[in-house]
Amino acid sequence: MLLVYYSSSSEYTDRFVSKLRHPSRRLPLLTKDETLAIDEPFVLVTPTYGAGPNKGAVPKQVIKFLNIESNRRHLVGVIGAGNTNFGEEYCRAARKVAAKCNVPVLYRVELLGTPEDVEAVNLGLDKLCASSLKTAM
Amino acid sequence: METLENLTLASHVDAINWNRVIDPVDDDVWDRLTGNFWLPEKVPLSNDIPSWATLTEEEKTLTMRVFTGLTLLDTIQGTVGAISLIPDAVTPHEEAVMTNIAFMESVHAKSYSSIFSTLCSTKEIDEAFRWSRENTYLQSKADIILSYYRGDDPLKRKVASTLLESFLFYSGFYLPMYWSAHAKLTNTADLIRLIIRDEAVHGYYIGYKYQKGLESQSEERKQELKDYTMNLMFELYENEVAYTHDLYDSVGLAEDCKMFLHYNANKALMNLGYEAMFPKEVTEVNPAILAALSPNSDENHDFFSGSGSSYVIGKAENTEDDDWDF
Repeated sequence: MLLVYYSSSSEYTDRFVSKLRHPSRRLPLLTKDETLAIDEPFVLVTPTYGAGPNKGAVPKQVIKFLNIESNRRHLVGVIGAGNTNFGEEYCRAARKVAAKCNVPVLYRVELLGTPEDVEAVNLGLDKLCASSLKTAM
Repeated sequence: METLENLTLASHVDAINWNRVIDPVDDDVWDRLTGNFWLPEKVPLSNDIPSWATLTEEEKTLTMRVFTGLTLLDTIQGTVGAISLIPDAVTPHEEAVMTNIAFMESVHAKSYSSIFSTLCSTKEIDEAFRWSRENTYLQSKADIILSYYRGDDPLKRKVASTLLESFLFYSGFYLPMYWSAHAKLTNTADLIRLIIRDEAVHGYYIGYKYQKGLESQSEERKQELKDYTMNLMFELYENEVAYTHDLYDSVGLAEDCKMFLHYNANKALMNLGYEAMFPKEVTEVNPAILAALSPNSDENHDFFSGSGSSYVIGKAENTEDDDWDF
């Protein structure tokens, strides 16, 4: 299953995704840069932003990418990256995208992810691949 | 006042230009920290007075001791830790962020006194502070951290600081989360959650600066610092376990608390860019504690585990972003 992800220059999400054995494409770091065009089913991996009131939880680069209908149409599910220390904000971006696009939050991972997280997500994505293959046939 | 022999001030200072940000993380973290700003006076702590009265004498003493322990860590971080990181900063904006961190640590330290003055007598408060000066394990953790702040290695200082922010607080944070899970001292827990949120940003930021600093080091030096981190973690962990037993054995919560310690030790290491050390079996935090920490964490979000049949897609969220209109 293809993963499309955003990771800030702190590289946490990048490091988690790089541990998975599924192909991935990283969204550009800067919002002004041209976003990706995806034409196959994919899972989005996103951290949550938040600097208090009136600041969006979903990274701008993710919004720019999902605002393109031909990208959004292929979104199968969302994986949230975060830290439970942020309380109610934990993985808010993933919840928000999932609710808006009517897809499930598949998994939530903290910081770089533990070996158990990597295993669970790898297996989960395998299953998702198999089931979307079945649907295609 | 004891002097910190090796602590030097920044040798040269230029006027800070926030319109020329060198590292965007400085800007993001400044916004996040100032956006999170709070004061203890905003939390209605007095609503906890009836709940405090339901605790046994032993539980009250335990709670006060835990909070003086946390006060000590926040005091260290505010007056020594964050300040000691200023001369090591590589951007002027990093220096500014550190001053914010130092100030908020002093707010945290003061907020425990707000809890005390709301719930306890002066005699009880003095007694708890006396305990904090005399407890071997608490003093030992302060000494270990302070010795590294006094050292001459900027990267080792950042490791010590991140382990304090992301690991050493949690033997204490456990208790208000436990009370909150049992519907006790819930306003106090709200205040502690604000502290926990701040410490998460501090640990993330100092850990990030450590990783940035690591990039330019030789392979040999990287290995030295990794070994140092693991050794320091182990030294602090052993002391934390003893501290945890000392505090919580009488109420039978030591083992439950240790799960929380392991879980947070892993997160502290990850903040420094290292892999988690403790395996899953010893990091399975009591779900009630996790739910007290993060109210959404108990929702079923492991779609992959096969429990997907009961999965319900999340409730609609309010839109905040102008350009979020597909």
